[in-house]
Amino acid sequence: MAVSTAEYAVARNPEMGPDGALVASPVEPFDAPEPELGSETMLVNVGPQHPATHGVLRLVVELDGETVVTVTPRLGYLHSSFEKLGEYRTWNQVVPLTDRMDYLAPLIYNCAYVMAVEKLMGIEVTDRCRVARVVCMEMDRIFSHLLWLGTWSIDVGAFTPFLYAFQQREKVYKLHEALTGARITTSATRIGGMMADLPEGWTKGVREFADNLPATLDEIDGLLTCNAIHVGRTQGIGAISAEEAVNYGLTGANLRASGVSYDVRKDRPYYDYENYDFEVPVGCHGDCYDRYLVRMEEMRQSIRILHQALDKLPDGPMDVEDPRITLPSKTDCMSDMESMIHHFKLITEGIPAPAEDCWFSIEGSKGELGMYVVGDGGPKPVRWRIRPPSFVNLSAIPKLAEGHLMADLIVINASLDIVLGEIDR
Amino acid sequence: MADSPSATGGPAANPSPFDLVAEGPLSTAPPTPIVPTTEHVAPVNDSVDALRERFPDAVLRNEVCAGDQDVVYADPACVVDILAWLHDDPEQQYDHLADVTAVDYGGGRPLQVVYQLWSIPRRKALRIKCELPLDALEIDSATAIWQGADWLEREVYDLFGIRFQGHPNLRRILMPDNYGEGHPLRKDFPLRGRFSRAEQTRRALTQDPEDYYVPGEIAERTPQLADAGAAAAPAPEGSV
Repeated sequence: MAVSTAEYAVARNPEMGPDGALVASPVEPFDAPEPELGSETMLVNVGPQHPATHGVLRLVVELDGETVVTVTPRLGYLHSSFEKLGEYRTWNQVVPLTDRMDYLAPLIYNCAYVMAVEKLMGIEVTDRCRVARVVCMEMDRIFSHLLWLGTWSIDVGAFTPFLYAFQQREKVYKLHEALTGARITTSATRIGGMMADLPEGWTKGVREFADNLPATLDEIDGLLTCNAIHVGRTQGIGAISAEEAVNYGLTGANLRASGVSYDVRKDRPYYDYENYDFEVPVGCHGDCYDRYLVRMEEMRQSIRILHQALDKLPDGPMDVEDPRITLPSKTDCMSDMESMIHHFKLITEGIPAPAEDCWFSIEGSKGELGMYVVGDGGPKPVRWRIRPPSFVNLSAIPKLAEGHLMADLIVINASLDIVLGEIDR
Repeated sequence: MADSPSATGGPAANPSPFDLVAEGPLSTAPPTPIVPTTEHVAPVNDSVDALRERFPDAVLRNEVCAGDQDVVYADPACVVDILAWLHDDPEQQYDHLADVTAVDYGGGRPLQVVYQLWSIPRRKALRIKCELPLDALEIDSATAIWQGADWLEREVYDLFGIRFQGHPNLRRILMPDNYGEGHPLRKDFPLRGRFSRAEQTRRALTQDPEDYYVPGEIAERTPQLADAGAAAAPAPEGSV
């Protein structure tokens, strides 16, 4: 499914050639003779404490007048070495580290991690758990995209969509809270299942959210998609061709906006994604505007998946029925000695993993989220590695921003949809 | 390279345990040599057989992990040739470098560099591993094939101390430039670091945010930085 500007009846303002290069600019060239000024470049430091950098990102920008010559991102301000910390924890104790990486879509990270460990250990989760995790992941994809939409609109100069988007996000926060007790740091998954079964009425709440969201999206669509300021500020800005996007390792909406239809849900399906009816939106120009269109459409497709998943959510147990993996119920622990010993042993000793390694990647909200887990037969990981999609996406920013204006750099940065917790880890 | 914690003017004659840090851990046991096995594990992915045919000497062994994931152990000296062939060959087309990382098993065993490849047109995955003994942590860079390898390799260098030969800009990326405690993801690196809390704070404060960021110097200074390696950047006088 291609997201083209034709569908939205928008004339592309800055014309672009087939290779994505700018052919004509909307800005009239300034013909007056240049005054005799020195041509030294200037260094501007953006961030790390600046709202437009979406976190503690620091960009050292070399400017020629107002044109970006080089961008040098400086990372590490939020580095907590989660991967090192994980090596000192049992497999289940790593789960809380995962949602602190991408606090904009915590459930996706919770799920991705346990899915990798389950693959390593050869655990097949129950049908109910699979569908429940799909609901969680699609809900958080929308959750993350809504934050992107809000901050993106602020970065291009529109404030109202931010409020609309955050109004809807609040509903997901409440659903998080109902599911796990926490609004951001959900830690909802466990190896072999979930922290708890879905609370009563929770699916009804998700469905209500999915029913109400399209109206908000339509409203924001009306405010932004054909808005002359939005179009003028984003079309032809930060364009990258399909070949280069693949070469830079871009994934997610950033890659699909360049016309490459690579979505892990379709190409390397997990959790029966091949049986869900949804489409992968693909752009054609690879610029900021197409990234916007792709993400808007992705939210609508996620709503479709949410409805299908909720329709087929089966009854039955949430956790695998394997005493080596699943904890006994709390009631049993309090009344039955054997269960208490069982609980104690599982918590203190952990679950051993085979001496193998396993790579598992899913389609996160920011791109391909890979988890690489290495076991040595013990209850702790030898190595736990996250392939951070934002980190790799951000590495293309010097290429994307080169030759654009300083103001465009902010838009390009917003269009990449980064989260610093995951870049710095 | 003198990496004394007392950069504010303490006696440099006193040898400090921190001087050893930049060198990385010394091997406590002789590294286990990789023996090319004739034993052939039936791979899931046909690229493994093609790779064995094309590079009979450079492919040391292969295995299947987690049920259906093909792993190929390659000779570090030839790994870039292998990666380039996998990237360019019309029958392979591994165009997406998903990840570059390293694994330290500890106990003096060799470090593994792990490349996760994915072919978008063919929908196939392949994992290439290279084992590097602790006294020769050097491997060729894949940045000439994939631009995306740039930051991933910098991260591996930063956290494991593996040098990627031919990398255009091999500097620390997550840790500060003047970080002098070594490479944090090594198994012999203590969880809370090697320096005392006070020393860590002092170093953090002596960082100069303008280091290496004078216009025009960005490009010039970086190769020297790569040579300086894990050594701390000299703290400017009186910047605390």
